[in-house]
Amino acid sequence: MRKDATFIGVEVTDAVTGDAALAAKLEEVCPVDIYADAGGQVDIVEENLDECVLCRLCLDASPEGTVRVLKLYEGGAVL
Amino acid sequence: MRFFEYEAREIVKRAGIPVTDFGFTTDAGEARAIAERIGGPVVIKSQVLTGGRMKAGGVQFADTPEEAEAHARDVLALEINGHAPRGVLVDPKAEVAQEYYAGVVWDGIRKQPVMIFSPVGGIDIEQVAEEQPDKVGRRHFSNILPLSEFAAKEVVASTGVTGSALNKLVPIVTKLARLFVAHDMTLAEINPLGRLADGSFVALDAHMDMENEARGRHRALLEDLGVGDEETRQAREATPFELAGEEVDAMDHRGVAGNVTEFDGNLGLVIGAGGGSLTLFDAVRSSGGDPANYCEIGGNPSVRKAAGLAKLVLQKPGVDKIAVMMSIVSNTRVDIVARGVIKACLELGFDPAEKIAIFRIPGAWEDEGYKILDRYGVEYADRSVSLHEAARRAVEKIGAAA
Repeated sequence: MRKDATFIGVEVTDAVTGDAALAAKLEEVCPVDIYADAGGQVDIVEENLDECVLCRLCLDASPEGTVRVLKLYEGGAVL
Repeated sequence: MRFFEYEAREIVKRAGIPVTDFGFTTDAGEARAIAERIGGPVVIKSQVLTGGRMKAGGVQFADTPEEAEAHARDVLALEINGHAPRGVLVDPKAEVAQEYYAGVVWDGIRKQPVMIFSPVGGIDIEQVAEEQPDKVGRRHFSNILPLSEFAAKEVVASTGVTGSALNKLVPIVTKLARLFVAHDMTLAEINPLGRLADGSFVALDAHMDMENEARGRHRALLEDLGVGDEETRQAREATPFELAGEEVDAMDHRGVAGNVTEFDGNLGLVIGAGGGSLTLFDAVRSSGGDPANYCEIGGNPSVRKAAGLAKLVLQKPGVDKIAVMMSIVSNTRVDIVARGVIKACLELGFDPAEKIAIFRIPGAWEDEGYKILDRYGVEYADRSVSLHEAARRAVEKIGAAA
């Protein structure tokens, strides 16, 4: 699953979108509410994407390579 | 923020300056009771935050309590310059031998308070200064160091007042000056300050204006006086543009993006950080620019909030471009503000490179911010460019566009 706003895009690999524990964790750690726990499914809240403060907390909370934050203003560079 | 006369008198009274035995009420029947307590001729004064009270019939004299009640009823129903009165002040009609003036005002050029005294009171001090300049004494004083009575003595004596009057006036002027500093006033004025037949002095009217930003420090006083948080007490009502700015700021708790004041110019300002707004506004003016607004942004607002402010300014009729500038160096994230102002342009269908005359916010995450500005072709400046130079560039650009 990938969603893009103007400046920030977020990609979550399909393998973990159904991980209820990860969905809860991502919702908890993101300071700007980019992730939502949609009944055990990871959801990306599109209207909050551009609020991303590049804190990497979502990357630290998820298995390596399963969540990617993309800086669209930098040609899609991965955080 | 301005105080009503009855509040200003209360502040003066609390400072230990003699006042008349006045009363405030919103009820004509109670005005009668106050007049009965005073026991003699009284003056009924409308409590409005506007001038021209006397001319409009907002000041009436009454010889009896019955007359006081009737006048109070009329005055309470009288709008003056569109202002409904808060209530009426019932004041004893004092037998005054002479009217004086005592005031303290903030001198924005010297950045110090200045005490002003004149033995000619009851009229505008500006008129006295013009017609009888030798009758106006002035002296700046520190708002940090303790204030000696000697300073007030110099000012009063310089106008020719001597003897017993001088001795009685010095503590009054000193207390007024101390009150000014203690309450973060921008104006504290007693006019007239009356000398009664027995030689005593009494404040017959008072005007107080407090620095709006200091309201939090004086919450207890404001609560005592019954001044609610919702009362802005500004010189004029907020414009729809300014009210919209308040809504933007209230959008979420993060940072500040508001405190908007409307002007008529063509250069929209998104400015702020640590007092930067005032400096930058002045810098634009001194470069010959014509600001469309004043505002304050800082403290890490959300992208949404920064965009909201920028959109508001961009949509203001007459605005050709915006200048996004902050103080020397800011802890507000440059990339977040950059996202906000660019997003505002994009959502309104503008080219950010065209609409943003200059972006000068040095500080946190500036490298990331510059990547965003580069991406959209927005001209930006780092900390090596002064606030004044950034303002000059913005004004130059808008001049070229006009």
